[in-house]
Amino acid sequence: MPRIPVQPSPMASPKSFLWTRRIFLTLLLLFVLTPVYVMLSSSLKKLQDVQGSFQWLPNGITFRPYVDIWKTVPLGHYFMNSLIVSVSATLFSVIIAIFAAYGVSRYRFPGRQFFTVTVLSTQMFPGILFLLPLFLIFVNIGNSTGIQLYGSRLGLIITYLTFSLPFSIWMLVGYFDSIPRDLDEAAKVDGCGPFGALFRVVVPAAIPGIVAVCVYAFMTAWGEVLFASVMTNDSTRTLAVGLRGYASQNDVYWNQVMAASLVVSVPVVAGFLLLQRYLVAGLTAGAVK
Amino acid sequence: MTATAPPRSAPEAGPSDGKSVGRGRLRPRVPDRLRRVGVPYLMLFPALILELLIHLVPMIVGIVISFKGLTQFFIRDWGSAPWTGLDNYRMAVKFNQPVGEALLHSFWVTVLFTLLSVGFSWLIGTAAAILMQDAFRGRAVLRAIFLVPYALPVYAAVITWAFMFQQDTGLVNHVLHDQLHVTSNKPFWLIGDNSFWALVIVSVWKSWPFAFLCLMAGLQNIPRELYEAAAMDGAGIWQQIRKITLPSLRPVNQVLVLVLFLWTFNDFNTPFVLFGNSAPHSADLISIHIYQSSFITWNFGSGSAMSVLLLLFLLVVTAFYLLFTRKRDVDA
Amino acid sequence: MRTSSTSSRLLAATALVAALGLTLSACGGGDDDNGSSGSKGKSSSGGTLTYWASNQGTSLDNDKQVLTPELAKFTQQTGIKVKLEVIPWSDLLNRILAAATSGQGPDVLNIGNTWSASLQATGALLPFDDATFAKIGGKDKFAPASIAAAGAAGKDPAAVPLYSMAYGLYYNKKMFADAGIANPPKTWDELVADGKKLTTGGHYGLAVEGGNGSENIHHAFVLAKQRGSDWFDASGKATFDTPNNVAAVKQYVDFIAKDKIAAKGNAEYAQNQTITDFATGKAAMMMWQSAATSIKSHGMNPDQYGVVPVPTQQAGATGDAGVTSMVAGINLAVFKNSKNIDGALKFVNFMTSDAEQKTLNSTYGSLPPVKAAQSDPAFQTPDLKTLASVLGSSAAPLPQVPNEAQFETLVGTAVKDLFADAAAGKDVTTDSVKAALSKAQQQMPAS
Repeated sequence: MPRIPVQPSPMASPKSFLWTRRIFLTLLLLFVLTPVYVMLSSSLKKLQDVQGSFQWLPNGITFRPYVDIWKTVPLGHYFMNSLIVSVSATLFSVIIAIFAAYGVSRYRFPGRQFFTVTVLSTQMFPGILFLLPLFLIFVNIGNSTGIQLYGSRLGLIITYLTFSLPFSIWMLVGYFDSIPRDLDEAAKVDGCGPFGALFRVVVPAAIPGIVAVCVYAFMTAWGEVLFASVMTNDSTRTLAVGLRGYASQNDVYWNQVMAASLVVSVPVVAGFLLLQRYLVAGLTAGAVK
Repeated sequence: MTATAPPRSAPEAGPSDGKSVGRGRLRPRVPDRLRRVGVPYLMLFPALILELLIHLVPMIVGIVISFKGLTQFFIRDWGSAPWTGLDNYRMAVKFNQPVGEALLHSFWVTVLFTLLSVGFSWLIGTAAAILMQDAFRGRAVLRAIFLVPYALPVYAAVITWAFMFQQDTGLVNHVLHDQLHVTSNKPFWLIGDNSFWALVIVSVWKSWPFAFLCLMAGLQNIPRELYEAAAMDGAGIWQQIRKITLPSLRPVNQVLVLVLFLWTFNDFNTPFVLFGNSAPHSADLISIHIYQSSFITWNFGSGSAMSVLLLLFLLVVTAFYLLFTRKRDVDA
Repeated sequence: MRTSSTSSRLLAATALVAALGLTLSACGGGDDDNGSSGSKGKSSSGGTLTYWASNQGTSLDNDKQVLTPELAKFTQQTGIKVKLEVIPWSDLLNRILAAATSGQGPDVLNIGNTWSASLQATGALLPFDDATFAKIGGKDKFAPASIAAAGAAGKDPAAVPLYSMAYGLYYNKKMFADAGIANPPKTWDELVADGKKLTTGGHYGLAVEGGNGSENIHHAFVLAKQRGSDWFDASGKATFDTPNNVAAVKQYVDFIAKDKIAAKGNAEYAQNQTITDFATGKAAMMMWQSAATSIKSHGMNPDQYGVVPVPTQQAGATGDAGVTSMVAGINLAVFKNSKNIDGALKFVNFMTSDAEQKTLNSTYGSLPPVKAAQSDPAFQTPDLKTLASVLGSSAAPLPQVPNEAQFETLVGTAVKDLFADAAAGKDVTTDSVKAALSKAQQQMPAS
């Protein structure tokens, strides 16, 4: 990633700037990390302790919640569901977005504007408006074709991929626009068709943008609650909905909720942080232009 | 078989393109030009068909439902629900009647919430991005940490906040009341008037890193020569920020603010996890309000009508926003 | 040359797109197998039933452990397999909605008994007429109060009772003794007076679940009933803001607002913190349904507390004035679209058999709505005997109207907001209660 050393003169960073930076960033750090700390510390407390007054330091540390979470609800199973759904949705969303973005970026054709506007405008649809209709449509498709979309992972995959599609297309259009057209023209001269040019030249050049889109699409799918709560059943339930199972008829197992939240978050956060440099780069060249 | 697909798909995909598209059976001799015309449509086809299936068609069904009295008496066969014309809409916009009044209240709460949340997210994001533009020790670590709220699954993050906001046993009151003694009583955060602020705080916490991310990317696009030239002219860092950085971020901001606005306005997950099915009066966001009207009380006709009104509002706002920001681009 | 190369690439790409489509549907096929709940009924004919159980135990897993051996017995007796899905309360209503809308659902399911009339109105549940009842051992095997909470009056019930519960007043014996109170309160005045004595030094007389809309309406219902008042008139029209209903809600909110015998923090309780407070001695009394198991799980022994009927306005009141509880409980319903109604009814019969009623209700700490099972020694503990007598003589069902869900949401939320006002130190007056209830009433659909 390109660095921008903006240190042309000693004047550039006066004391006031440095102190502003220190204070502001410290406060921000506290704001950001407090919930993370609470999640961690509470997950190591006993149930009585999390139900009592808050304490910064646990009275005694127990790893019990980390054992119990797998039993209280079938967390492992939900985890697999979320993984399958999110990965598939991401994969398809990105492939479809690559095609669409390439079409929009490289061709001038009647309906181009219409397409862009239509797809982007779906971003403003309140989910609540089409939840029930979508559900009805899925059921009808199931009844008439035998393809079960309601209650299946496939239904969720298709739904989620369309959630991330508009923004993905838009981000990739920006990225593709920044790749010189001469490159794919050259590839075409070499005998590649449009798809050859896309996959041999444009896609490799756009990897940071594509990774950024992957990350975005994955996270959109991973955290969704509303549609998952209506469209899944016991065997296809995803984590976001499954976590609610820790609040039972009798009790909320706060320590387990926190432990499970942490377990669920760690892989995503780790992956995200590993890929964040791409995300910045992808946004830099693409969307932000 | 497959080879005939592209030209066939073209007329479906392209709305205003009757003349150039050939019949499928001419396939063996389609001119090169024609195939080139088909290609972009082919590329758009999967995206378009999915958006149609998942967004547009259901939305149209939703609009149809909004003209029906779809209650639990009819959900087994929604087609049989009686047509009620504009009744659902009339009910929703009678602002002197409780239903309309509640909707209007919820609308204003949402507007205020969105303005505050987007405003603060943008402000914090901008400040952090600018302050972290220069290299300093620990910058990379700090940046990674700052992105954590964005990376955390919504449910996990918000439930933790709910835990922290508990009146009796939460961290927030522990700090405010027990440790800093700022308040004489432990205030409530999840019920009553403060719940609005709780919601804003959680929302800002969750969305400012996105602003930060975009703006950081935007900053990297600013040519450093601009800064050097400014420094040469004797501009200090604050002046550089005001004269160069902020104006250069305009295009990023245009998109960022719009996206944040739409996401925040339609946000369902945050209030739902924080408050459950029924939000407190002061934090009754429109998404929860409509959810309650449709899914808790099973009156989908009226819920759909409210959603349609919401959609119209968002369309108008977005259109104005784009017109306005674009015009300013031209002027500038 | 170039043209053909282009077209072959085009072909390849199209194939890719087609393959993508194939993968999608292949993926769907895979899901179909492990994702189906047997609900499509294809498999039901072969002798499988899908059963949606609500979360009654300490966790979803606990429910599975309790139910699985029982279901195995059923399979052994009848050869019908049962596929069990335990559904958290947060999802149950939405799932039932989805099932009703799509016609694809379980064969047998649990519903909260207060939902009976609402769900009955959808027509998705099999009505229990006399012929149907005959297949499960007749209507008379159930306690009449529980049957009354299984559907609108004058219609065939949409479900049969499975687990019954009733509200009782739980009190901490030691705290009462320490405060010099000899007997638990019989009237509300006594309760408030005792509560004030018990409210000292961080301890409170009473705990209420103020942030929980359903709890709120259960108490509002009883308090109104004791004043001879209902929330719906005979034609099913909402009558929320009658003076008696206003007084009932005000009395309930006043526990925090005026009497101050409940902690302000209770206004926020929505996750059964009431039980925690009671079991840990933070509160000396609570009004709850069948709490024995939960109290025990918090480490309080049965001999440390007593259970008596919830107070009335006057001691020894009878009739409506003597109502001390709603009829609480879980009903068992058969999904009309089930492809195996006979099997489903066999299962209902099994679940409402004496043996299963004893096993399940004693495990969950609830009462058997099946009369023959009630005399079992498992239900002769002092607290369960109290609750059983409440259920038998002084419990009334919540209004069995199709709009019950709206009632629960609107009034429940209104009371919740009133509690929030009280907790924030704002005045809760007859006028403010009336205004809140009028508003709720006007938001009710006309029918």
